[in-house]
Amino acid sequence: MTQLALVIDLNVCVGCHACVTSCKQWNTSGASGSLMDDNPYGKDPTGTFFNRVQTFEVGTFPNTETIHFPKSCLHCEDPPCVPVCPTGASYKREEDGIVLVDYDKCIGCGYCAWACPYGMRELDEDQKVMKKCTLCVDRIYDEALPESERKPACVLACPTSARLFGDVHDPESEASLAITERGGYPLMPEWGTQPANHYLPRRKTEIKVHEDELTRVDNPLKKDGHLPKTDPNEPFLEDNTSW
Amino acid sequence: MSDTTSATYVETGLEKGLETKNTTCYMCACRCGIRVTLRDGEVRYIQGNPDHPLNKGVICAKGSSGIMKQYSPARLTKPLKRREGADRGSSDFEVISWDEAFEMMETRLLHIRETDPKKFALFTGRDQMQALTGMFAKNFGTPNYAAHGGFCSVNMAAGMIYTIGGSFWEFGGPDLERSKLFLMFGTAEDHHSNPLKIELSKFKRNGGKFVSINPIRTGYSAIADEWVPIKPGTDGALLLAMIHEIIKTGLYDRDFLIQYSNAAQLINQDEESDDFGLLMRGDDFDEGKVHPHDELWWDRKTNKAVQTHTDADPVLLGEFTLDDGTPVKTSFQLLVERVKDYTPEWAADITGIPVETIRRLSHEMGITARDEKIELPIAWTDAWGKEHESVTGNPVSFHAMRGLAAHSNGFQSIRALSILMSILGTIDRPGGFRHKAPFPRPIPPCPKTPTGPQGVKPNTPLGGMPLGWPADPNDLFVDDDGEPVRLDKAFSWEYPLSVHGMMHNAITNAHRGDPYKIDTMMIFMANMAWNSTMNTSQVRKMLNDKDENGEYKIPFLIVCDAFQSEMVAFADLVLPDTTYLERHDVMSMLDRPISEFDGPADSVRIPVVKPKGECKPFQEVLIELGSRLGFPAFTHKDGSRKYRDYPDFITNFETEPGSGIGFLAGWRGKSGEKSMTGEPNPKQWEMYEKNNCVFHHKLPKSYQYMRNWNQGYLEWAQYHRLTRYTDPINIHIYSEVLQKFRLSAQGKYAGKQPPDRLRKRIETYFDPLPFYYEPLEAQLTDKQKYPLNALTQRPMAMYHSWDSQNAWLRQIHTHNYLHVNPKTAAAAGFGDGDWIWIESQWGKVRCMCRLSEAVEPGTVWTWNAIGKAKGAWNLTEDANESQKGFLLNHVISEELPPHDAGEHISNSDPITGQAGWYDVQVRVYKADPNEPEETSPQFENQPTVPGEGKRKSWLSYFAGKKPAGLNIGKRK
Repeated sequence: MTQLALVIDLNVCVGCHACVTSCKQWNTSGASGSLMDDNPYGKDPTGTFFNRVQTFEVGTFPNTETIHFPKSCLHCEDPPCVPVCPTGASYKREEDGIVLVDYDKCIGCGYCAWACPYGMRELDEDQKVMKKCTLCVDRIYDEALPESERKPACVLACPTSARLFGDVHDPESEASLAITERGGYPLMPEWGTQPANHYLPRRKTEIKVHEDELTRVDNPLKKDGHLPKTDPNEPFLEDNTSW
Repeated sequence: MSDTTSATYVETGLEKGLETKNTTCYMCACRCGIRVTLRDGEVRYIQGNPDHPLNKGVICAKGSSGIMKQYSPARLTKPLKRREGADRGSSDFEVISWDEAFEMMETRLLHIRETDPKKFALFTGRDQMQALTGMFAKNFGTPNYAAHGGFCSVNMAAGMIYTIGGSFWEFGGPDLERSKLFLMFGTAEDHHSNPLKIELSKFKRNGGKFVSINPIRTGYSAIADEWVPIKPGTDGALLLAMIHEIIKTGLYDRDFLIQYSNAAQLINQDEESDDFGLLMRGDDFDEGKVHPHDELWWDRKTNKAVQTHTDADPVLLGEFTLDDGTPVKTSFQLLVERVKDYTPEWAADITGIPVETIRRLSHEMGITARDEKIELPIAWTDAWGKEHESVTGNPVSFHAMRGLAAHSNGFQSIRALSILMSILGTIDRPGGFRHKAPFPRPIPPCPKTPTGPQGVKPNTPLGGMPLGWPADPNDLFVDDDGEPVRLDKAFSWEYPLSVHGMMHNAITNAHRGDPYKIDTMMIFMANMAWNSTMNTSQVRKMLNDKDENGEYKIPFLIVCDAFQSEMVAFADLVLPDTTYLERHDVMSMLDRPISEFDGPADSVRIPVVKPKGECKPFQEVLIELGSRLGFPAFTHKDGSRKYRDYPDFITNFETEPGSGIGFLAGWRGKSGEKSMTGEPNPKQWEMYEKNNCVFHHKLPKSYQYMRNWNQGYLEWAQYHRLTRYTDPINIHIYSEVLQKFRLSAQGKYAGKQPPDRLRKRIETYFDPLPFYYEPLEAQLTDKQKYPLNALTQRPMAMYHSWDSQNAWLRQIHTHNYLHVNPKTAAAAGFGDGDWIWIESQWGKVRCMCRLSEAVEPGTVWTWNAIGKAKGAWNLTEDANESQKGFLLNHVISEELPPHDAGEHISNSDPITGQAGWYDVQVRVYKADPNEPEETSPQFENQPTVPGEGKRKSWLSYFAGKKPAGLNIGKRK
């Protein structure tokens, strides 16, 4: 069974929000559209976004990490938003594991938003239906697009290619390999939701300098006569003993 | 997969009415290629162009929000005239026609040009059309022209170009593809933003080590392998200590320094001589040669001075006596003596960075450079004719931008950085720094300003370039008393190498009539009444200030902008500009092209939608005005206009008749068969359009490296008119240019002399070797009272104030906080979310505190330009930007306190005139609980102007006609 998902590499995400607005622009005029913006030019503007980046700090100065954390629907394998839906609007597709909302059935009751432990659902205040990441289902199968562009808008946009897209049930997919080889992890596995999306952790590169690598026979200072040399007029052992 | 395509375009009809056009983004200065999809003529989707060399298909948050810029209600759509009797700043305008606007400008400007052309000043923001705006100013005959470089990052350009002949961003950058160790100073978000993000990610995945040296850990620094917090303005001390440690341990690239820099060249050390501190030159000095290469080495074999680049074995370190008795030392010897006391221990106290860290980083750089050498099998020939079998490189690279530059000690800090890069042997080599055409250029580059008031004459083009690169004191643009000719005082003894001008002082000087009064100031795309100016509150008053006769002190203000910015309110005449999606533009080789490491590239914008209302591109305004004013560049001898419009100008303009040099380098020649130079091609625009709007010439591999000294490249560049000379461009470890200014201040250099009040300043700061000094403002501040540094950073999702009107981006940054380390906040008695005051000796701002562990305790900071004036940008009066957002500029002065150098010295680098934005010293304290919970200062509401759109209380944007019953989750 196919399970499409995103694998997000926190090691390279610089928090630029490209995924946030590329998602918004694709989806507001796409088959999810339109996406509402309330008070867009006034106080406390707020709108429907399928994808948001949270930034938080870990540790205390100077050992501080600043983490940029993109969040969208995780397309759980056991999505808690589905069984709570009173109308059957919320469902998980068998063919590719994408969790979708059928707008015609959605009554905007918000149960799914309550049930989602990740806070990934957004009620469109204009249409009063629940919306969320669709993995750009109106892009990824569109044969009118070149194959290289049949990807979610956020994946195409991401300047650091921090977003991998693929079938996490296919062990050979780029996404699966990244999870296995680079320590991919799901969010809050204790909830038993089995999120399909995974995150790749930060990794640190260090350079180890060995003391004995510092100087070399061909040290340029030597050529210019500037390596420290001992003056033979200084005191030596033989000044004091004849063995 | 037909089942799974449920609810795709095909079924919903969403694929109908689509068309796709290529152009170039302009949501920031990065210039990515974009592909714009329209539906029924409305913008449906803006994606990165996968076939574009710069961004390779990616796009950022700003670029993805172009739709909300295009359809913003803050768009200006009609020319406006300040209503008779209305005050500036009140936004009381009446709509006029373009004809009337042009007539007003023509009458006024013709008179100025006929009488005293310097009374017209043209200053522009981040416009990417400096070649055209500069040409307009030159043809007008006014010296008073500059773009925003003086308050942006001129220290970076000047510090590097005066040292290595190239600089970061448009003209060069780190080769992260092959680098192993990358050190980034400052730089939260970059001008070259998407390319840097692409490369940083690849670099990290390839296992490179990324070190960020920055008081604050945000943006790129977040993913650094090591964060090294530093006290602002002390980078020079760190860099000098690193140079100290690398030299001390012998980790420098001796061969590179000898061959490719002046490190082994001999410097006159006879203090009695007028040539003290200048390079010694051989007997065969030929006055007729432009660049005589007769500097001297000291040959170890013969133990005497010989001409450089001969068959000698030069020493790098030492002091000697020439046959005529002149004592000499090598440049490198002088550098060693300079950094002798700049120990890691010394720098640790200044920078706040532990000694071990400074030492370890120095060793990591030196060992990586020495032991991880790259060798590419690329044969090349150097400028002295020697053939090399391979190109080698030392994979340590650097990047820096305003964090180093925006300090009054920035030039010398950046000289130190350039020298560090050079001693590691990383200039234009794989894994290090790489140039981009049209750089490298001679040190300094050839263009020069006029050298005195005689260069400014009525009805005559300026007798030189408005901006240039002084090579010695006699190139300064000063009068017989040594006082400035330019309004901003650039190229005067106050700021001799102010190569990008000093826009940040233009309004203050014009208001004071210092050095003279002007008549008309034209401002394009620069928010000088808000975030683009220092001392914002006072500058707003100056713009509105009248003399004893009731006349405005700056008599006439023309503002061209696409949006209702704060500056628009102060205009007498408002010209509505187009957006980037509505116009033609060129990213030209004459300006700042989008060249890659592997060769020159330029690009264009081509309109994808029609201009809104009566919007007219500023380029068209300039060409129309230039034609009406009868500029030689825009009119035939009989006075008739040469160019129909801007596209026609770009196609047909040549720098001189028959020169073959124009704004665009691609598809020249009658049928597009030539590139770089060639006759105008009437179908040039179409050819750009067919080729993703970009021209990219890949140089042969043998011309891609070592270009300062690469015979093949230099001859190619000369043949294609990129550079006049093929002489090798040796790195100035020791700057003879700076020494000439110092000699002048000491009365030892023939020609122009500084006014006495500035002698000490010139002598001090024009040191031919980099040195560390405390930023000027800090020297003149009570640091007991104002102990903290205050900085701004640019967030990745906003470009200065350009995006305040953007409904999507403003949801990401709706207002800003002052970020304070919890220890600093606790000591001052406030906490997260509290209302606080930030105060400098210049003023104070009330704002909200956000505690952060990602900032060193001596620094407070905020995002730049999120705060807005009430009502500007067509935001409501209660919008967060004006009520909770704030601008730090109110506490930053454009001038220093009066001191021995003068009463009105700019708050700038004494060498380059770079605005010292990040030098301000502040204190913070809790606001009184009875104070209003809004930011201070507040300004009177700025009403919308005629022609602006109505803002909606909600948006549900959908491009084109929306089919009924859209349902992406429709279940079959």
